Amino acid sequence: MDQRKCECGHANPVGTLLCESCGRPLEQELTAQTGEAAQVGQAAFPDMRYEGMARRSQTYTNTLIDRVWNTFSSVKVAIGIIIVILIASAIGTIFPQQQYIPVPVPTEADVARFYSETYGTLGQIYYALGFHNMYSSWWFVTLLVALGTSLVICSLDRVIPLYKALNKPRVNQHVSFLKGQKLYGEAELSAETQPGAVADKAAEALRKKGYRIFRDGDALMAEKGRFSRWGPYINHIGLIIFLIGVLMRNIPGFYLDQFVWVREGQTVAVPDTPYYVKNVAYHTEYWSEEEMPQKLDLNGGAIPKKFQTDAILYLNKNADLPGAKPELIEVKRGPIVVNHPMIYEDLSLVQSGVQEMQLGALNFVLIDRQAGGKPVGPIKLDLYEPNPELQVGDGIKVRVLEYFPDFIMGPDNKPATKTNLPNNPMFALEVISEKDNVREKMVYLRGTIITQKADSRYTLEIKMPDLIDISGLMVRIDKAVPVIYFGAIIFMIGVVMGFFWQHRRIWVQFHEGRLLLAGHTNKNWYGLRREMQTLIEQTELPIALEDRSKA
Amino acid sequence: MQLIQLSDWLLDIAFVLYVLSSIVFVVAMTGKNWAGRDPKQHELKYGRTAYWLAVIGFLAQTGYVVTRWIAGGHSPTSNMFEFIAFLDYCIILAYLIIYRIYKLTVIGMFVLPLGVIMLAYSYVFPKEVTPLIPALQSYWLHIHVTTAALGEGILAVGFAAGLMYLVRTVPQDRATKSTRWLEFVLAVVLMLVGFIGMDSTFARLDHKTVFELNQEQENNQGQMEKMKVEYTLPAIVAPNGSTVVKAGPMTPLFEAPAWMEGKDAARKLNTMLWSVISGLVLYGILRLVFRKRLGAVMQPSLNGIDPELLDEISYRAISIGYPVFTLGALIFAMIWAEEAWGRFWGWDPKEVWALIVWLFYSAYLHLRLSRGWIGAKSAWMSVIGFVIILITLVVVNLVIAGLHSYAGV
Amino acid sequence: MGVWTFMDKSNRTYIRVAVLGVLLVALVFAVYSSFVKDPNAVKVGRDAPNFSLEQLNGASITLSDLRGKGVVLNFWGTWCGPCKQEMPALQKQYEAYKDKGLVVVGVNIGESPITVEPFVKQFGVTFPILLDRESQITKLYRIGPIPTTFFIDPDGEVKEIFVGQLNEDMIAQKVAKILP
Repeated sequence: MDQRKCECGHANPVGTLLCESCGRPLEQELTAQTGEAAQVGQAAFPDMRYEGMARRSQTYTNTLIDRVWNTFSSVKVAIGIIIVILIASAIGTIFPQQQYIPVPVPTEADVARFYSETYGTLGQIYYALGFHNMYSSWWFVTLLVALGTSLVICSLDRVIPLYKALNKPRVNQHVSFLKGQKLYGEAELSAETQPGAVADKAAEALRKKGYRIFRDGDALMAEKGRFSRWGPYINHIGLIIFLIGVLMRNIPGFYLDQFVWVREGQTVAVPDTPYYVKNVAYHTEYWSEEEMPQKLDLNGGAIPKKFQTDAILYLNKNADLPGAKPELIEVKRGPIVVNHPMIYEDLSLVQSGVQEMQLGALNFVLIDRQAGGKPVGPIKLDLYEPNPELQVGDGIKVRVLEYFPDFIMGPDNKPATKTNLPNNPMFALEVISEKDNVREKMVYLRGTIITQKADSRYTLEIKMPDLIDISGLMVRIDKAVPVIYFGAIIFMIGVVMGFFWQHRRIWVQFHEGRLLLAGHTNKNWYGLRREMQTLIEQTELPIALEDRSKA
Repeated sequence: MQLIQLSDWLLDIAFVLYVLSSIVFVVAMTGKNWAGRDPKQHELKYGRTAYWLAVIGFLAQTGYVVTRWIAGGHSPTSNMFEFIAFLDYCIILAYLIIYRIYKLTVIGMFVLPLGVIMLAYSYVFPKEVTPLIPALQSYWLHIHVTTAALGEGILAVGFAAGLMYLVRTVPQDRATKSTRWLEFVLAVVLMLVGFIGMDSTFARLDHKTVFELNQEQENNQGQMEKMKVEYTLPAIVAPNGSTVVKAGPMTPLFEAPAWMEGKDAARKLNTMLWSVISGLVLYGILRLVFRKRLGAVMQPSLNGIDPELLDEISYRAISIGYPVFTLGALIFAMIWAEEAWGRFWGWDPKEVWALIVWLFYSAYLHLRLSRGWIGAKSAWMSVIGFVIILITLVVVNLVIAGLHSYAGV
Repeated sequence: MGVWTFMDKSNRTYIRVAVLGVLLVALVFAVYSSFVKDPNAVKVGRDAPNFSLEQLNGASITLSDLRGKGVVLNFWGTWCGPCKQEMPALQKQYEAYKDKGLVVVGVNIGESPITVEPFVKQFGVTFPILLDRESQITKLYRIGPIPTTFFIDPDGEVKEIFVGQLNEDMIAQKVAKILP
């Protein structure tokens, strides 16, 4: 059975609460209502949200599709999803997520060890359940999509009855409709009072208050703030757009999250992009004492003021073949400062880390001991790009025989390197003087020079090494951001519309020699009551406004 | 230098005025039935005095915000002290707005003491004007933090009205689940009061306990030395594997578990323990003095107030605070994060908790608008919502360290 | 009813199916994306990303030029113990299979020729050693722990990725899959 017959004879769709023709509450529906809209504080009176119109999802439940649809159309289910996401999110903050682990964890085993060693059994369970990567887990993502589904279906389901309800405001309501309103009052009209004149007076008073007046004979309906009823739909559309934006980040090429370390003077490829970036110079500035508004006890420390990398961004014309000699064209130049990334088209380079005062090159002066310690010339050994051979003075050269950037004695008792970073450089050098036919070997390690022969002719005097800063830059592309911001703006418009304004309606009707006054609003009853009181005073009618909710 | 002095004085003046205003509000509401008085007249007279005291206090605090902003060169929202003081400012502002709409004296009796507690809480943190570190040098600091604080301040008024609703309506003739939970909420408020009292007392007495940890740390001169932790409060719980360098008023009873992260974890646990203990002691004393539930003590002052009006005020505040909070704590936060870290969202604990607050109030609104949760259910939710805000502000900042960890207690 | 008549019973079912279908696609896409964290990662069954690097002593080598041959692409560094230990095995199998169409290519990660050369000499390596000075190709191939070895067939498709130390038997067995 698809339809409900009202006493007046009109056939209404299933789910209708108030007859579409006469506005009489439909009794059968009220008793059949168990879930959705029933007890809304107005006791047995129907929900006023769609002025009693049928909401689509409540109508049919015969197929699987309908059942799935109706599940997601339920606000109860939506609230359930919100609560589950809320609880899961909170659990995810008990211990740090994997990306926020403060120590390096290169392998999965290290990650597991971090949680069990730092947080004991609880940490172990946390890891085993996958909570260390909760927000990107399949089930959390599924929850977010479920919320999106609920948003879409709830909106689709409610937008049509709302449109109908708002577009066809009924002026002449059934008496039982008026009496069912939360704010209601009535008064006997004296014989000489003209209903039309009272209605005119009321209309005038209400118009002054900013109401739109609808008249049907002597009956009157005044309305204001109708547009605020669209607020919830608009904010839900905003949220849907927002979630679409979030989903779009997963489209290949839409989102990039990379990191690159650049030494001062170095030009490196920006990973996964056709760009190269050069670190011209890096510097950290500190607040000077004069700049500080108040003298602080910093214990000899300092407060940083600025982390800045002066950078040049290049586009590589030869980007199709990674590793091949790049053809660089400068596209942008300028500082990269925290909070002020370098932005070029979709790419942003964000200042996000630094290793300061790192060894860049070692400096020596070659000394000729035979000539009474006379300096022959300076030697610079670059630790990243060491020259195999250096010309020092006239006819004297220095060859690099071996170089271990991070010296360690290997298990086979041979020198080796621990990493490829110059943390503890060791050089084996040979000084060759062709004109004197001298060949001497020497080793530099940990700030000392060891010559092969104790009475060697040449030795090295150690000078201050070159110290460089290595700047850490985050590389980001996020093409979905405009969509996400757009969604956020729409959401804000929606909530402001819905929450900062109210939809108010006041009915004035005459029935069997009595004046009936009723009011409804979706929020701020206090304000509506005040307006109705003013109306009563202005029309000078002895109406006592009842508040039905207190009965 | 003088400007900072002035701003400190202005804040002290605001504090004193809020205290006075709170007292007068209590007199206005509880003294109604004193002998020989017309209740209406009494409430009107004292209520008006209290309101104007609050307004002058608010103006003084406005002076504090302005002078500190000028002196520091940035909005006073860059550390824990400044933020809590600013949040307090927003709570008072929200109160004044809501009062203008509803003209209800009793709101002040609940909101002003909340304002006093929040402001006193801010005094616990170091008050120096520090220059901004690079991460905070963005105009989004002003926009994001001030808007978020305003949203939270309005939601706090929603909480106060919700609490009033509960005090007004929960029947006190016999002990029920509702009365117990209400007492629990009041005890939690007292714990915050207890913590503030303990901390400011001991900070003045200078009975510090100093521990040396079994871990080393580079000092300012670049040498390695053992890490030290200083307790202002007497030590109940010592850091794991530590030795006492300077003994305080009491010997620690036990050590913190090893898994508690960070050098300050044990000190935070110690603070938490003292808050709970002092709160419960305060609660116990008040129960002994009044010989009835605190809810029952407060209820008479709310008699004659329409509970439905309280319900509406609570809802109204939340429905105004929710968009402001969304804008400040989520949308502006995302825009700043996009600029500072190149991603608009990173599941940092602070971000997650802002989302949790938002989800909770979303659930509140849906339950209220679609499921008819008004009255008591709605009031309980407004209370829980504010507790979640406090967790976000206090626990997440102080316990779960993330990108947002401010320097401080 | 006017414009709303399209919401007839059967039409409504179609609309519901369509909307739910779109949402299902969104779900599948979202969940799939949560599993595929890095869409650019090199994977078995995909083509090995092309690159070109200079040899230790000689001209550049471009990976695509090696089409038609089986390629063993080994990422290593002199500081890495297991890399050292598998070097002789790689050399041996390179000699055994090079006439059958196998190339072994060693990619050194971010070291200078001065460091690499003595090492290569010490192990008597004759297969080409490429220098990835700025670790660009190392990043491109998402190298974590080393040694990591890619087995690429004559069509340029990655057949296997192995992380850890290889021995002769393992190499022989894996090479069998990529010989032309």
